[in-house]
Amino acid sequence: MNWVEILTVALCLLLIVAAIFAVYQKDLILAVIGTSAISVALSALYFILQAPDVALTEAAIGVALTTIIFVITIKKTKRYEE
Amino acid sequence: MVLEIIGYIFVTVGVLFLFLGALGIFRMPDVFSRLQAGTKATTLGGLGTIIGIGFLQPEWFWKLLIIAVFIAISNPISSHALARGSYKKGLRPYMKEGGIDAYAAVQEAEEEKE
Amino acid sequence: MIYFFLGVIILAIIFAALRGILGPTAYDRVIALDNLTIIITAGLVVLAYFYQRYIYVDVSLIYAILSYIGVLTLARYFEGGL
Repeated sequence: MNWVEILTVALCLLLIVAAIFAVYQKDLILAVIGTSAISVALSALYFILQAPDVALTEAAIGVALTTIIFVITIKKTKRYEE
Repeated sequence: MVLEIIGYIFVTVGVLFLFLGALGIFRMPDVFSRLQAGTKATTLGGLGTIIGIGFLQPEWFWKLLIIAVFIAISNPISSHALARGSYKKGLRPYMKEGGIDAYAAVQEAEEEKE
Repeated sequence: MIYFFLGVIILAIIFAALRGILGPTAYDRVIALDNLTIIITAGLVVLAYFYQRYIYVDVSLIYAILSYIGVLTLARYFEGGL
């Protein structure tokens, strides 16, 4: 294995752990943070797989837009899930 | 050749500062110490890495300079907003016996004025 | 020499992700997310030098411009404004 493959494996592990963290969390703000971490790792994986246009779109949407929409929604409803 | 040596030095220093910032986040005891270690060291590390790659590949230098300027502007903004939000929410810095929290007096004076 | 840079960046990603998983409060996780975004931004520039493609730098430019908006929104939500 060279170092790029090890980087790919580390990003895949981060993706899986962040996804499990976002699904099983009762505090919805922490779930939003997990979703943002998923977006960062997924964009780097698209970059390593040599698709820079998809990575660019994922970065622009996942970092800014999704976080803002979810936080405004949580602000207008409630924070903790029963 | 001289440009390559300068670029390798810049990238090595920058990458080591990125690692030290991540290690500081892992080791520090409370929120404000983590914020300081994580944001200042990481800003210097990112600037060093990007400018160093600009020295290694001189045709890319201007676009990498734009990236460095945006990092140097936008990273302290998010750090400052996060520190202010966590202080207003009620967290206090970890201090030993005899430590001084200078911002608490300022905030009490502001509340009395209102 | 480029493999040394990639290895140190992998170690930095691992430590930041550990604090994001273990962190006791929500603020620690936001700090870890901010740090992870900057590390990925620098790492994508190093990978673009590794692949020798000029067009790959654009993804890092989008991260550098947009990455503070999500953290700023979360910080305003914690402060009570928004």
